[in-house]
Amino acid sequence: MQKIGFSLDSFNEPRLKTNRKAIFESLVEIRFTEEMIAENYKDQQMRTAIHLGTGQEGIAAGVCANLQFGDAVFSHHRSHNHFLASGGSVFRLIAELYGSQEGCSKGRGGSVHLSHNQDVFFVSTAILGESVSLAVGRALAYKLEQRKNISVAFFGDAVWEEGVIYESLNFAAIHSLPVLFICENNQYSTESTFTSRKAVNSEFTERARSFGVEAMKGDGNNIRNVFNLVSESIVKMRENPKPVLIEFDTYRWREHVGPNFDHDVGRTFRSKIELEQWQKKDPVQILRNILINEDFFSDFEINEIERKVLEEVSEQFLRAKHSLKPEIESLFENAGEV
Amino acid sequence: MRTLTYAQAISEALVLGMKENSKVFITGIGVDYPVGVFGTTKEAFDEFGRTRVFESPSMENALTGICIGAASMEMRPVLVHHRNDFMFLAFDQMLNLAAKWRYMYGGNAGQVPIVVRGIIGRGWGQGATHSQSLQSPIAHFPGIVVLMPAMPADAKGLILSALKSKSPVVILEHRSLFDITGEVPEGYYETPIGKANVLRSGTDISVVCTSYMVIEAMRAAEFLSRFGISVEVVDIRSIRPIDENTIINSVMKTGRLIVADTSWVQYGVTSEVSALVAEKAFGYLKAPVVRIGLPDSPAPSTKVLEDVFYPSANSLQKAITKALGIADITTTLALEIDNFKGPY
Repeated sequence: MQKIGFSLDSFNEPRLKTNRKAIFESLVEIRFTEEMIAENYKDQQMRTAIHLGTGQEGIAAGVCANLQFGDAVFSHHRSHNHFLASGGSVFRLIAELYGSQEGCSKGRGGSVHLSHNQDVFFVSTAILGESVSLAVGRALAYKLEQRKNISVAFFGDAVWEEGVIYESLNFAAIHSLPVLFICENNQYSTESTFTSRKAVNSEFTERARSFGVEAMKGDGNNIRNVFNLVSESIVKMRENPKPVLIEFDTYRWREHVGPNFDHDVGRTFRSKIELEQWQKKDPVQILRNILINEDFFSDFEINEIERKVLEEVSEQFLRAKHSLKPEIESLFENAGEV
Repeated sequence: MRTLTYAQAISEALVLGMKENSKVFITGIGVDYPVGVFGTTKEAFDEFGRTRVFESPSMENALTGICIGAASMEMRPVLVHHRNDFMFLAFDQMLNLAAKWRYMYGGNAGQVPIVVRGIIGRGWGQGATHSQSLQSPIAHFPGIVVLMPAMPADAKGLILSALKSKSPVVILEHRSLFDITGEVPEGYYETPIGKANVLRSGTDISVVCTSYMVIEAMRAAEFLSRFGISVEVVDIRSIRPIDENTIINSVMKTGRLIVADTSWVQYGVTSEVSALVAEKAFGYLKAPVVRIGLPDSPAPSTKVLEDVFYPSANSLQKAITKALGIADITTTLALEIDNFKGPY
């Protein structure tokens, strides 16, 4: 299915009908895949620490729909969304989680070290802030090589607590690099709230602006909003390379690491009521409603899209579950060669 | 053959490497200053300009990640640290990302062969945080190459090899080596990574050593030859991968081993080489192995204490005669050849 390379018109353009379908497909593909991971995780066969991004899919799908061939995406530990939205396949993701040789990183990476090179270059990284500096470096290469590509850094709100982001913003601004910094602000770092992490009057976008980086905020759960904000920025960035930062508000439905809901396993740092309020702002439902209420698609058409995507995800998931494990002799593959 | 200083050899290698591959660039603090990192980046800057030789803000951590990100698009970044001690700020990127990249993405994300040059300080009040040698902590990790050329010809040849490597490479250059001279072949050549070099052949004892300690070992060997003592000096050159065969062959020949390094003994290169010989050439040893390195304290800055802190040709000479079971030769060698006059 098509996931990148759309026309960069606004979301409401009439001729974007096929694109809107693809964006919805991408969104529900992520949702179904993540839900299936959560269901199957208890079997102890996916022996890798998963950080599910359920509830945050709108940002990944809305940003990545704006990418073109040769662009790059650098993601963090909660990266399944970005892997899929940027063109990675469900099969390769799930095979990786099952430790298979056919996994996207041949079973050597696990959930937090995903990679693919389907039209865009993608890697995810485990340590906070690495994605940001890598994206700036890729953008530096684009500039040195005079390419019109964009490099995207996805990162969570806790990265603002690391020094690496300030070094990276500064460098990107000095060299006018085409980096799109996408902050997914889901308010929580593991179980920590902003009380212990940020002064009340300190704004992330203000911090970026103080380095000379254009910065804005948006609702990350409304994919139309995400798509439009990003597409406006990217058009300008491809013409005149410069860094742009967008902070999207969103909410992580499940626990930091693992398949459960926090309230189900007795954690009290946030409430079930808070989760339910955010579930009313479910990015999948919001887009579904837009597409139906504004007559882009009929109820029937939407149900058909969902049915087909679910069928495809289930098929790939099952195939990945039974994919080949690495040979013992391959332990040192890619380890030593100078 | 013509002679060059160690600094000139590095400079020549960088210019040749940049001519060979248009994707090579140099960055780091002050790489485009008129002095050009002790003369090593000036020629490259003069020839290729600020597009390919540009200084960075003080940002060792992100800059390393930026170089890795650029390398993911087949660029060949050369990152320079005036003192390798600053690389501690970059360890996350170097060890969690660069060293593991090819492996943990299953080879599907390509390679990120950045070249990191770090300079080691010594003496003249450099003190605790400007005179460390980081080879052991870095070489501990699979997936990264660590080189310590001691001779000008190797400095040139190993830089050119590093710029062709599939792996990230750390080159540790000792500040006290920058003015030493040696024969350096003209033109482009590569010195193979992972090969030690027997700099001086001998039969009584092997001194296996790194970087600046190679210079001190050569002085000790030369001096002791006047007393009929035949010392073999093995310049390790490549810390990871290490050339096991050359070291073991030398010990098999001489039966005695002294290992000398620019860093501390515990958990260091001297320990690694000792363990290697204990495992693979134990039966050939006629005497216990001796490790020579820094005393077990941070580096002091006052000259009074520095004078007893850094190992030298004299410490090697004493260790050699002791290992051979002969009386200490009381002559103390003249002042070190180190002509470093500060401030950094």
